[in-house]
Amino acid sequence: MMARRSILFWLLFLLPSLLLITMVLSVNIGATGLHFDALWRGGDDADASVAWLVLTQIRAPRVVMASLTGAALGASGAIMQGLFRNPLADPGLIGISAGAGLAAACVIVLGSASGFSILSSAWAVPAAGVLGSFGATLTLYLFATREGITSITRVLLAGVAFGTLAAALTGVLVFRANDTALRDLTFWTMGSFAGSTWPRIVILSPFLIAATVGVMWLAGPLNAMLLGEGDARLMGYPVERVKTVGMLTVACAVGPAVAFTGVIGFIGVVVPHLVRLITGPDHRLVLPGSVLLGAVLLTGADTLARTLASPADVPVGIVTAILGTPIFVWLLARTHDGVGV
Amino acid sequence: MTIALENAFWEAGNRAIVNDVSVVFSPGQVTAIVGPNGAGKSSLLRLASGLTSLSRGKVLLDDLPLSSFSPAVMAARRAMLMQDGVLTARFTARQLVVLGASVSAAHLPHVKRIAMADEILDRVGLLAFAGRDVMSLSGGERQRVHLARVLMQLEAAAIDTSPGFLLLDEPISAQDPARQELILRIARAHADRGGGVVMVLHDLNWAAACADRIVVVHDGRIYAQGAPQTVLSGPLIRSVFGLAEGCVRTHERTGKPYMLPHDIMH
Repeated sequence: MMARRSILFWLLFLLPSLLLITMVLSVNIGATGLHFDALWRGGDDADASVAWLVLTQIRAPRVVMASLTGAALGASGAIMQGLFRNPLADPGLIGISAGAGLAAACVIVLGSASGFSILSSAWAVPAAGVLGSFGATLTLYLFATREGITSITRVLLAGVAFGTLAAALTGVLVFRANDTALRDLTFWTMGSFAGSTWPRIVILSPFLIAATVGVMWLAGPLNAMLLGEGDARLMGYPVERVKTVGMLTVACAVGPAVAFTGVIGFIGVVVPHLVRLITGPDHRLVLPGSVLLGAVLLTGADTLARTLASPADVPVGIVTAILGTPIFVWLLARTHDGVGV
Repeated sequence: MTIALENAFWEAGNRAIVNDVSVVFSPGQVTAIVGPNGAGKSSLLRLASGLTSLSRGKVLLDDLPLSSFSPAVMAARRAMLMQDGVLTARFTARQLVVLGASVSAAHLPHVKRIAMADEILDRVGLLAFAGRDVMSLSGGERQRVHLARVLMQLEAAAIDTSPGFLLLDEPISAQDPARQELILRIARAHADRGGGVVMVLHDLNWAAACADRIVVVHDGRIYAQGAPQTVLSGPLIRSVFGLAEGCVRTHERTGKPYMLPHDIMH
């Protein structure tokens, strides 16, 4: 942990600048080889208008979507780790993303097969994502809680089991899917921002605004939860409400994002740990830090995803896993027992 | 301000851990709860704190059921030190103590909060460790940091209310003899300021030396209660703890009972 002044320097200046630089660079890099230059140079009109279209309608929404998703995943990881007092908890590892994915797959497959217009509306997939992630969170929590005590082992084991089951059921849906649905499904089974559009970002925003309110409310209570539910309650925190708000916040943040982009691993686990190296355990600093660093890392990962094998688009989930694993192992090696990473 | 249990039951798995207990804890007094392992002492304390809810009966704070108070109001009226912490986060000692008052004195300015935390850390003998990571401290030091956090919760709140109740579950279990005395003096001082203290103790000598009243818990029931002189008798020691009567003596100056351990070398 650093001195208070350097922590604030990181949170208020360094990370926001880094995010801005990453986003600008990311919009400027891509398969078509178009840069901002094409806009400034003027050139002939056709060139400039193609560049304008690529930058504003393809790259910009993709970059915004990647940074919003990264922010959502980073914050969700920090919330889950605080809530469950477990350094491994993250929406991906304990099956919450899988729940959202399953619900979204149901809507995509059944929507295109059944012809019910309500299932094929633009809101249906993110709404299913929210319901799926909340359902998964709730199932997990109820299963793992006995007499008011949540068993961490149960959360992890049940989460892994639930994630596997949800993945299997999603597999069944893939089997039953028609061609259109199959193409949609493929996007998020590996995680990709290729389908990002401004309307999708508009749909995402109310959920993210709700999640932001949740994050701000949770910062204080999560600090107390680090001492255990008993001590948090004795200190005057409404523990049951903290858990409910925590679950709802994660479901709102992760559900619609997962529905649009698919399961993206390791951002949720690794980002809060990296942030804690700078800020220490105080959630009033960890949460905003995870929002910012999550956005930076996922935007960067997506930029790599679409430039590494250009013009092919590597699924971003693969990039985060390849980058995230060594970072995670390094974090584990830094501590003696993996506790309080 | 009083905390009262009326015909309180707490059952776990069809077994009554706390079995029809009625007792009143008053301010200005130190009450020591003693009894064998598994007698229900900690459960009784948890019921009094509102941490666990009763199966049957009542727990009243100033004649009102605990359930009628919000968690935040309760936090300003009582604080409790639990037996085993589960903290795995790298808070510094000072951060942890400050956290204690985050609800009970939510509007206390940051500077005042830090000053208070440091004063309390000084009182428990840990000011030098204020900036240290709590997880790097020894068991006894960690227990005192948590005690400081609990004191902070009550004392920061008491700026505009009464001192409140201090509930301590084996507060000296990890302490050396000098620190045992230090902590019990802190508890005593809280009672002398008009606050209430209820603590679970295993050391009957300390219980006799620092408590106004001893409550003996046996098999989930209150077996005896009263001043140390009247409660800690040879026959009680034998029937509750299964120890020989002869080990209880009377202090010639204070008139209080004390126990000598048997020599078990032979």
